[in-house]
Amino acid sequence: MSDATKAPAASGRAATKKALPEHLKSYKHVWVFVEQERGQAHPVSWELLGAGRVLADKLGVDLAAVVVGAKNEQTQNVVHEAFCYGADLAYLVADDLLKDYRNESYTKALTDLVNAYKPEILLLGATTLGRDLAGSVATTLLTGLTADCTELDVDAEGSLAATRPTFGGSLLCTIFTLNYRPQMATVRPRVMPMPERVEKLVGRVIEHPLGLVEDDIVTKVLAFLPDRESSKSNLAFADVVVAGGLGLGSPENFQLIRQLASVLGAEYGCSRPLVQKGWVSSDRQIGQTGKTIRPKLYIAAGISGAIQHRVGVEGADYILAINTDKNAPIFDFAHLGVISDAVRLLPSLTEAFSKRLSPHQRDRLAS
Amino acid sequence: MHIVVCMKQVPDSAQIRVHPVTNTIMRQGVPTIINPYDLFAIEEALRLRDTFGGEVTVLTMGPPSAEDSLRKALSFGVDRAVLLTDRFFAGADTLATTYALATALRKIGAEFGPPDIVFTGKQTIDGDTAQVGPGVAKRLGLIQLTYVSRINSVDTDKRLIEVERRAEGGVQQLQSRLPCLITILEGVNEIRVGSLMDALKAARATLIKWSAQDAGVEDITKCGLRGSPTIVKKVFAPQPRAQKAELIELGDNPGDALIDALFQRQPKLEGELEKLARGY
Ligand SMILES: Cc1cc2nc3c(=O)[nH]c(=O)nc-3n(C[C@H](O)[C@H](O)[C@H](O)COP(=O)(O)OP(=O)(O)OC[C@H]3O[C@@H](n4cnc5c(N)ncnc54)[C@H](O)[C@@H]3O)c2cc1C
Repeated sequence: MSDATKAPAASGRAATKKALPEHLKSYKHVWVFVEQERGQAHPVSWELLGAGRVLADKLGVDLAAVVVGAKNEQTQNVVHEAFCYGADLAYLVADDLLKDYRNESYTKALTDLVNAYKPEILLLGATTLGRDLAGSVATTLLTGLTADCTELDVDAEGSLAATRPTFGGSLLCTIFTLNYRPQMATVRPRVMPMPERVEKLVGRVIEHPLGLVEDDIVTKVLAFLPDRESSKSNLAFADVVVAGGLGLGSPENFQLIRQLASVLGAEYGCSRPLVQKGWVSSDRQIGQTGKTIRPKLYIAAGISGAIQHRVGVEGADYILAINTDKNAPIFDFAHLGVISDAVRLLPSLTEAFSKRLSPHQRDRLAS
Repeated sequence: MHIVVCMKQVPDSAQIRVHPVTNTIMRQGVPTIINPYDLFAIEEALRLRDTFGGEVTVLTMGPPSAEDSLRKALSFGVDRAVLLTDRFFAGADTLATTYALATALRKIGAEFGPPDIVFTGKQTIDGDTAQVGPGVAKRLGLIQLTYVSRINSVDTDKRLIEVERRAEGGVQQLQSRLPCLITILEGVNEIRVGSLMDALKAARATLIKWSAQDAGVEDITKCGLRGSPTIVKKVFAPQPRAQKAELIELGDNPGDALIDALFQRQPKLEGELEKLARGY
């Protein structure tokens, strides 16, 4: 424990000074854990490579992809993709024991890599896999972890500045792990933009052994039951999203959101209270604890625009808000606003859209 | 079977307001509740106890007022409630929190029998990190099973457990060993209404209250703010976008007027929407 953190809670000042212990000074470079399940890389990993690139360039260090998986072609493929999305080098732990995600084996693979090659920053996706792994790794390494960041930067001293919404209100906070390494952060899918893929040859790959046999791993995977395609909502990747909030007043009125979405061929979503009230299923929630979306058009009706909702929709190209209160915070970040009762406006909007868009539907049926 | 549930008392976030000038959270008068995600863990623990016999202990770290939530848990039929409370715990991040909870869990094990299963909720509604469960598991050397949607079987003789775990893109069926730590997914059960007997007992029960020292904390610098590697340097309101929304009036034919206004400002959208509506 460094002296810097021994400041009393009340003053807090001294605790915010950087005093990195000598043995941690050799930690260098930015790492992104590339998440894959059954040979399928999660897109959040490429988004993180994009964000990691910016950090690495600012720090003047390398950006490394960490790939952990079965010893097969699919894993090699993921390594190749990581280079195409901007990694300078890759660390690879390939072993057939890593075919399925298991906490014990993956925690060992990642902590061993960190201890051997010492990164200063380690980023993971805030997915079920990433959250399961990040907590175990950070606790094993006894370092700091900032979950669900919405913004990453480095300050003048080269420390990671991780910004996330803070509880209960319209606030953000910036969190540092000044005196421990690596500085760990998780970021939810779709929060960072997807970088462009540029075809590249595989670069330098550093392989590391897992050092486990099956008997060392207590948990066994008996089966993997993939989700049915039809049951997955495509909300996070939709081009147009229509969402409703408490301002709709009743679960029946939420039907107006579904109808507009259906006419537009869009996905529908909602604010959190509607999930809590049981009006809408939880996979439709948009925001900090729901999905992050990046559509071309986002239509929000009867949603106030609290920070936890805002962070989920700020990546939208264009936001149209319908709200009865001209002071609603949603108008601070929407592009176009209508001060109106959504319950009355939505049906006429749906009707107008269906008139304008349906001639084409008839064309299609005719051809 | 001894089952311990780690739970947290949180402000009822729906009712939190932020002071418009000072940007501080106005806590006065905000009611507190058991973290809603933890209710699923409590219910799952009670169901296992009903099937296999044994006891359920709830553990919380928090201010003295967290007693309210512990009594609530007792009213559901939980057998024992432990409150870990000390000013040294204040300001803890996830790492410092897991240190304190793991220490108290060891003490619970020593006093009331080692737990077969430790439950936590998936995450809290205030901190929201989902990292405390995994951290506690690591510190205690327990197998960790996160995002569990179903416990398929428990074999108390062979010390085996089979669960379904929500993974990306599917469900893993896992077999593992007791003791383990489980973080339970929301919506998998519904918290029971406790019996009248339990309600009466809850009101009269003596809670077990431990300070850091009582719980067996050896290194106070690993607790609270001092034990937290992460430091909150800045709390701020989000930057308003340079431009606020352009507010428009719609007149008699609001649907069409709105579409016109939209396409006027974003001509590209017209083509995009037509393509989408055609089902591509
Ligand atoms: C840790 C944490 C995580 C959270 N995560 C999320 C999250 O992921 N997603 C999320 O959405 N929220 C989240 N929240 C909740 C968030 O703080 C807000 O409480 C929530 O977004 C508010 O939902 P709302 O806008 O639907 O309701 P309200 O805030 O009640 O707003 C309703 C709005 O509707 C307007 N209105 C009323 N009547 C009408 C009408 N007839 N026509 C049009 N407008 C009308 C009102 O003016 C008001 O602006 C989280 C909170 C916490 C503490």
